[in-house]
This record gives sequence, structure tokens and C-alpha cells, in this order.
Amino acid sequence: MSEVTKIATRVSYGNALVELAKEHDDVYVLDADLAAATQTAIFKKEFPERHIDCGIAECNMIGIAAGLAATGKVPFASSFAMFAAGRAFEQVRNSVGYPHLNVKIGATHAGISVGEDGATHQCNEDIALMRTIPGMVILNPSDDIEAKAAVKAAYEHEGPVYMRFGRLAVPIINDRPDYKFEIGKGVTLREGKDVAIIATGLCVSESLAAAEKLAADGIDAKVINIHTIKPLDEDLVVAAAKECGKVVTVEEHSVIGGLGSAVCETLSRKAPTPVKNIGVQDCFGESGPAVALLEKYGLNAEGIYASVKEFV
Amino acid sequence: MNKQELQLKANEVRKGIVTAVHAAKAGHPGGSLSAADIFTYLYFEELNIDPKDPKKPDRDRFVLSKGHTAPGLYSALALRGYFPVEDLKTLRHLGSYLQGHPDMKHIPGVDMSSGSLGQGISAAVGMALSAKLSGDDYRVYTLLGDGEIQEGQVWEAAMFAGFRKLDNLVVIVDNNGLQIDGPVDQVCSPYPINEKFKAFNFHVVDLADGNDMDQIAAAFAEARNTKGQPTAIIAHTVKGKGVSFMENQVGWHGKAPNDEEYAIAMEDLKKEGEALCQK
Repeated sequence: MSEVTKIATRVSYGNALVELAKEHDDVYVLDADLAAATQTAIFKKEFPERHIDCGIAECNMIGIAAGLAATGKVPFASSFAMFAAGRAFEQVRNSVGYPHLNVKIGATHAGISVGEDGATHQCNEDIALMRTIPGMVILNPSDDIEAKAAVKAAYEHEGPVYMRFGRLAVPIINDRPDYKFEIGKGVTLREGKDVAIIATGLCVSESLAAAEKLAADGIDAKVINIHTIKPLDEDLVVAAAKECGKVVTVEEHSVIGGLGSAVCETLSRKAPTPVKNIGVQDCFGESGPAVALLEKYGLNAEGIYASVKEFV
Repeated sequence: MNKQELQLKANEVRKGIVTAVHAAKAGHPGGSLSAADIFTYLYFEELNIDPKDPKKPDRDRFVLSKGHTAPGLYSALALRGYFPVEDLKTLRHLGSYLQGHPDMKHIPGVDMSSGSLGQGISAAVGMALSAKLSGDDYRVYTLLGDGEIQEGQVWEAAMFAGFRKLDNLVVIVDNNGLQIDGPVDQVCSPYPINEKFKAFNFHVVDLADGNDMDQIAAAFAEARNTKGQPTAIIAHTVKGKGVSFMENQVGWHGKAPNDEEYAIAMEDLKKEGEALCQK
């Protein structure tokens, strides 16, 4: 097998911000002392006068972003998912969500693939938290190409957007000429009729690999990439459920409140279908290499393959 | 406006507060009344605003960080011409645009939604920073409660504003001395407030009587003349000011007057207005 190019989506975030700022002079980037980690340092180097370090004070950073948005600028507030969505939840809810201000939140280091830092920094709850805020768009890109497209789409969308990025380098899977990113539109990456695997973020590439292994066993799996968790592409989810009769959701997030919950809520209303939720099973993470953690928590191709096979 | 005109306007703002809270059968009269003179001075003298063009880009901004005193803000906005004074009676009613706490999406003249304490000041700091970043010369004002400054976020915002030398920012602390659970210095003392803001690199104005128009005017003039630092005005006020039975009573922080109390309050304010006219 040839060597696959891998890039962490947090790096894509930093690069995309630079490209965006070249075209639009209303783009500002905020950090809370983590520019080196969120990769916005790339932006800071190119546009120092448009980079605002708020220090280790995420709640205030979200408020400052709200003030910038209220006066016509487009702020990208950056931090780890744990602090952007977790610590500053109420600021995002009341100072951004309620007034529906044009604030973009770039949340890096999401999920257990944070790795060695361990449970305190592994945010498996951010999608659940953000989903409850009316009007919030939630984007969770699967690779470098999609992450860059997501940043551009977030800018073009008027209103609050939460973007989720990872620390771990992940393979490029969307490298095709007809690739198009549209907020709220899921993408069918592999056709199949026995089971629909609906995945998001870094779990998309793992799900594609799992589908290949399932095919070798005679199981024909459809794979859908849901890069927009809110608003969810309900039509695509319902059609896939009706076609396959069985659905598996895969995410690097708690099985409570994330993509799995969103899919189940939709299907219970529109097309009741047996669903299996693969994700972090209501537990905290732990320290360890990211790849080993994904294996231990059943979120790599092997784990997804085994779970789907058992279900089907 | 001259002093007497401003005092009469503040008297009208107070009548609006009492009327709104009475009609709502809920709300926060105490802290609205303590800040009524500040609201009046801001909206009738200090702020560069135009009620006919509430969103004009170069307007000065005001963020009511102590958002629960919305009746004071709404009363000033209505009297300034942003919306009909009669609408004050719809405060907190189902279907009214006059929400219990300021809502920038639906209320003309409201620059920021607020009410969760500690958050408004951060938005105000963001607005002041925004002006500096793009070279705009509007100014930003935010009003905080003395209980509110117990919130840690206030000091995150203060540290940032002081560090960034945001001299287009004025933070006003309505130091009426009372919060829901009692006197601020018995609940969790924020004192010394002035020294704290000085330590965060603010220019501090001790406003000895925050219910006196001359002193309020002098404080805002001093803020305007301060360069290289944000200004904090510590306004010593009387909670419930202007309504005899509400003054300095912690129980009137968040309670509406009944019909009888409403009549007494309006009579107090009517007499105050008449006395001002005879000066």
C-alpha cells in the first residue's frame, strides 16, 4: 500500500484562516494562549495585527468575539474543544447564541485522540452541548480538504458556527475533482444495501476502511460522511435507513448527545430503524497515544468492523 | 440639557421604571432606580446616538452588563424616542418585545443582549477593541452592578481592557451596596472596588454621589479626557432611589410593587417632579 498523506485538521484550520484573511479584511482570530496548539500561530505570523491573544480566559474571549461580531467583524475564536464548548458554554449560549451573533468558534483537540494529555483535555461532550443552542451550526470535518472547505463555508454563513478539529493527523479522503462542501448536506462515500454506516470527523476514514473489510465478509455497507451535525441532513439519513434497514453511527464523541443521538432522534420521528451507536460509551478517556486510544475505544477500522459485523 | 432638565428627565425615567415593573408584576426596581440618573445622563447627554437610526455605525455603544435592570434602560430608551413609552407596560409580558433582560435582536437601541452577570463587560470590551482595530472613534460604555463584580469574568475582561489600553471604554459600577442576599460587604465583599480597578490599569473615578447630575457629568468628562487607559467610574448610589419605601431596602431588589405601593411610589415621584419644577 502506498503511503497516504495525513494532516491534522487543526493544521488545516490555521492554513484556511490565512487564505480567508487574504480575501477578507474583516476576519480576526482570537486565541486563549493556545495559538501554537490550535495552529492559529500560522495566521498570527501572517496577520499579527488581526490576531488577538486574550490570555488564558476563554469566557472573556467568547465575549470579546461577541463584541467584535456586534460591530461588524468576523471573529474566529479558537481554543481546545474542552474550553471553547465546555468552560465557555454559557458565554457561547448567552453572548453568541441568543443574540445570534456572527461568531465562529474553532475548537481543536476534540475527542480522545488528544492522546497523552488524558481525560481532562479529551472533550467528548462538545457536540452535545453545542447542539442544544438554537441556531448554532456544527461542522465536524473528516480531513484536510473538508476542514478548509468548512472554514470557508463558516465565514460565508451568517450566524454562529462551531467547528470541530482534531490533533491527530488523519488521511486525506476527499481528494476528488467534484468535491463540494455544502453546510447541512451529507455525502455518500460508498454505496451499500446491508447497513448504513453514518460517520463524522476522523471516524469517516476509519469507517471506509471498515466497509472494505465488511465487503470481504460479504456485507455490503453504505458509508455516509456527516460533516454538518447541525443542521443534520435528515433526508439523507432517512433515505439510507430505509434503503439499508440498519444504521450504525460512528463518532469520536460520547454516544450521548452527539451524531448518534441526532440520527436516532431523526429516525424515531421519521423512519424507526434499528441503530447501533459507536462512540465513547459514557466514560472518560485516559492518557495514551492517540492511535492506541482509538483502538482501545473501538473507534478504529478494526473496532468499527467488529461492531458492525456483530450488529448485522 | 441643563441640570434641571436632566433631573426632570431622570424623574420621568423613574416613573417609567415603576410603571413597567408594576405592570409586569415582576422585575428589578431597586437597581434600576439607583442607576436612573446614570441612564438619563448617558441617553440624554453623553452618548452619540440617533433614535431615528438606532444602528448607525459610528454610534457610541452601551452594554447593560447588569441586565436585570432592564426597566431602567427601557425607560430611558423609550423617553429618548426609540419606542413608545406606553410599551413599557408590556415589560415581561408574553409576546412583548420588552424581554425581562435586554434583547438586541428585538429592542431598538439595545446594543447587546445581556443579563447573565459578568458577560456584558466582555462584549463591551470587544466593541471597544473593535473600534481600536479599525480606527473608529466611537466610545463604549457598560454598566455593572457591585454584586456583579463578584463574577470572575469581570476581572478577565478588566485585565484585557487595561492591558490593551482601551481608553474608549468606560466601565461604570453602580455601587448601591446591596445584592439579593444582603449588603455586598456581608455576602462576599468586593471592596475596595477602586483599588481593584486601579490594579487592573484603569483610571478610576470615585463618583461620591452617583445620583447627582453635576457629579455624574464631571465623572464622564473626566473619562472622556483620559487617554491611554480605560476608565472605571465607581458610582456610589442609593438603591431604590426616589421611592421612599424602596430606598436602601434589599427586599426591593427584585420585587414588583402591588397596586397600593405603586400609587405611593408614583406619588413620591410626582412630588419630586413638582419640587424640581419649582426650583
